[in-house]
Amino acid sequence: MKFTADINIMPLKALLDPQGKAVSGSMSNIGLPQISNVRIGKHITLELEAATEEEAKGMVDTACRKLLANMIMESFEFTVAKA
Amino acid sequence: MKFGVVIFPGSNCDHDMIHVLRNIMHQEVVELWHKDTDLQGCDMIILPGGFSYGDYLRSGAIARFSPIMEHVIRFSEKGGYVFGVCNGFQILCEAGMLPGALLHNDHHKFNCKNVFIKAENNTTLITSGVDTSKALKIPVAHGEGRYFADAEVLAQMNANGQILFRYCNENGAVDAASNPNGALENIAGVCNAGKNVFGMMPHPERAADAVLGNEDGRLLFESILAMVKA
Repeated sequence: MKFTADINIMPLKALLDPQGKAVSGSMSNIGLPQISNVRIGKHITLELEAATEEEAKGMVDTACRKLLANMIMESFEFTVAKA
Repeated sequence: MKFGVVIFPGSNCDHDMIHVLRNIMHQEVVELWHKDTDLQGCDMIILPGGFSYGDYLRSGAIARFSPIMEHVIRFSEKGGYVFGVCNGFQILCEAGMLPGALLHNDHHKFNCKNVFIKAENNTTLITSGVDTSKALKIPVAHGEGRYFADAEVLAQMNANGQILFRYCNENGAVDAASNPNGALENIAGVCNAGKNVFGMMPHPERAADAVLGNEDGRLLFESILAMVKA
């Protein structure tokens, strides 16, 4: 069965995110100083073949832990759906 | 000594390293392609600087799974010497061969300048011939050089003497103003617990040839040769 996964990877909350900080700073330049604490991560989509949704989740979890995210600096969450 | 310099797609400091090892230090050097599976009996494997796989995903994250890396990991587990500079350091961290990770510089700018670093001790292969009271001038060139490890790992590394270098000022004082990227505790280079895998962000190979007007980096290569030959 074909599945799709939507993965969000974010820098760990305890770590400084310089990209997010720079973007936060520019919010006042567009007249929105009320916006703060912007943090920037990655959104990854992928397709996979698996017998069950459980198996698909297991594969995505492994892909995140081994390659897509670095657990020292990032956290991840994902959803899996039938394609 | 026989050195193997691994070339990944996007490596760009490989020939600087080969030049220094071959023409300045007069050692045998072989070029290893990232798809090679034979380390050709090298005594030390070097992962050079550059932008392997365009720094896609995270610096070093994709190179870490290049076919040669499985053999480099096995080599290091048997005590073989592995040295990563800049992107090579990032690859070693991604591979879990060195603790910690390299994050985006805190100011989010690419650093390309001379910095000063100080060896923490002179008991490791890379720092054996370095005066620990003296600041070495070595260039850095990186966007992701902010060393990070969690508090527990960092404490262990400090206790085990795994910190190789810290950023300092010209006089050797380790202070916040001398930290070029926001690295934790000004860390510029580390080694593994086994003291056979080394990584550093500054480029000693860019400061080892007299024609470039700075030979401070040569001390590291001299240290390696003195220790291995001794």
